Amino acid sequence: MSAHLETGAEQRPLRRGRLQWALADAWVLARRNLLHIPRVPELLVFSTIQPIMFVLLFRYVFGGAIRGTGTSYVNFLMAGIFVQTVAFGSVITGIGLAEDLQRGIVDRFRSLPMSHSAVLTGRTIADLVRNMFTVAVMLAVGLLVGFRPHGSVLGWIGAVGILLLISFSFSWIAAVVGLSVRSVEAAQSAGFIWLFPLTFASSAFVPTSTMPGWLQAFADHQPITLAVNAERALLLGLPVGSNGWQAVAWCAGILAVFVPLAVSLYRRVAARS
Amino acid sequence: MPPTGIAIQAEALHKHFGKTQALCGLSISVAEGTILGLLGPNGAGKTTAVRILTTLLRPDSGQARVAGLDVVRDADRVRSLIGLAGQYAAVDEYLTGRENLEMFGRLYHLPAGEARRRADRLLEQFDLTEAAARPVKTYSGGMRRRLDLAASLVISPPVLFLDEPTTGLDPRGRLAMWDIIARLVASGTTVLLTTQYLDEADRLADQIAVVDHGKVIASGTADELKAQVGGERLELTVARGGDLDAALQAVSRYGTGEPKVDRALRHIVLPVTSGAQRLPDMVRDLDAAGVRLDDLALRHPTLDDVFLALTGHAAEAEDGEQPASRRGRRQREVA
Repeated sequence: MSAHLETGAEQRPLRRGRLQWALADAWVLARRNLLHIPRVPELLVFSTIQPIMFVLLFRYVFGGAIRGTGTSYVNFLMAGIFVQTVAFGSVITGIGLAEDLQRGIVDRFRSLPMSHSAVLTGRTIADLVRNMFTVAVMLAVGLLVGFRPHGSVLGWIGAVGILLLISFSFSWIAAVVGLSVRSVEAAQSAGFIWLFPLTFASSAFVPTSTMPGWLQAFADHQPITLAVNAERALLLGLPVGSNGWQAVAWCAGILAVFVPLAVSLYRRVAARS
Repeated sequence: MPPTGIAIQAEALHKHFGKTQALCGLSISVAEGTILGLLGPNGAGKTTAVRILTTLLRPDSGQARVAGLDVVRDADRVRSLIGLAGQYAAVDEYLTGRENLEMFGRLYHLPAGEARRRADRLLEQFDLTEAAARPVKTYSGGMRRRLDLAASLVISPPVLFLDEPTTGLDPRGRLAMWDIIARLVASGTTVLLTTQYLDEADRLADQIAVVDHGKVIASGTADELKAQVGGERLELTVARGGDLDAALQAVSRYGTGEPKVDRALRHIVLPVTSGAQRLPDMVRDLDAAGVRLDDLALRHPTLDDVFLALTGHAAEAEDGEQPASRRGRRQREVA
């Protein structure tokens, strides 16, 4: 160790506008979270194995008994799998934030002259990238078990767009959960618990037409069903109808509520008193 | 900086969490280029004070200024002038040491090249160059703490907050940390240091503020605080079967106050002055009186004595215990 610690003002911070800094800081933190992926490969492996299990379970166990899908069951199934994968994958956003809070690194971030929203946008963007990787793996698995999509190029672009929107908006819900419960275990349980009814009481795995009326009323209007219907139509080259804009509207609504909520929670959050 | 030369000032800070009153009118003042040791047991409010001064928490009432700026109204500007390091080693476990420092440099808004150069320089200064490319989760406790401190120095902040920087470190790690902190202050940094270790405050701090139940109950230099509980004193223990009264008679003329005698333990404590000069005489007189001794010592008051005298309980007692049970435990230990 050198004998002298320099403390001169030789470090000159850059000058930029507020929005530019918000983006630059978010990029620094997105990079941080992306670096975690190769360092903690278990996380990626397990978050990929789970949806693969769902594909195999529904394709080979339940699929044969499900009627009225209008196409082969595997073609019906994969849109549901994609949406479920990104919705479940978004829970990691909340777990990661809760971990940062527990470890105290959020205290350091909050004591830095950086943008308040960057810790959250950095993480949601990194989780978006990770989710897209998992979806690519799911697509390959789907093709292996007989999935034969025939959407147009525009349809594919739209299909990817829907998944990006669901992934990003659900990540912000998970961020609010993680910042509220402040512990990794609770963020995991609280993050999944509401997703189960939402993904299963939807058109992800079965047509909603066989559900009882009251449930159908819920299922047909909730964001997972709308996103799955739009995704399915885009992948299979069918008419999207009103599902597309309704799914987009849901995501926009979720972001409009949960982004400001998460940022305000983050500003006030204290892991320890 | 204001012309007053005060780097950190807090006035009558109050903060509560639910029913717990964490701060009840805490006031401190730290001159530029000095170390203030905020000394107190767990739960005294030290960390809450640091969290308010570093803009992480808003006080319920009261005012605080760091480098002349209000920590609530000018929070953003305060953040670009401070560094914070603490007991939790708030660095990223999965990133390497270098990646951590570069990341914090970018978040302090240094250009990429400068963040990289600064990271290299800090790694070298904190003896972490060899470990620079390893993920932090492979680091020892002392290495993490050094990296944490390095991360708070990325922009060479004029004001540094260290929240229990050596809690949980082994003795070697503590000494290394003390050395680094002393050198930082020698180069002009103002430091607010919280600690529950009296020797740490004694060794590092220019001024000490003793905190208990959310407010400062005494402050001054270590010597001033020790003077409050009295000067040096002679402590002797008579051997089993030895003559306690003869011993008392032999040394009492050197005393500057009433001796305290514990007959069960055959122990005498006598306030004295110029003890070192008079010690040979005392020993000769004891010897002449034929007193056999188990122990003889000239003691200066420690901050432990200060803390006990000020608060009625020991400084390093566990959080959440009632003072009565602390005293009970001490008595059991004595008996």
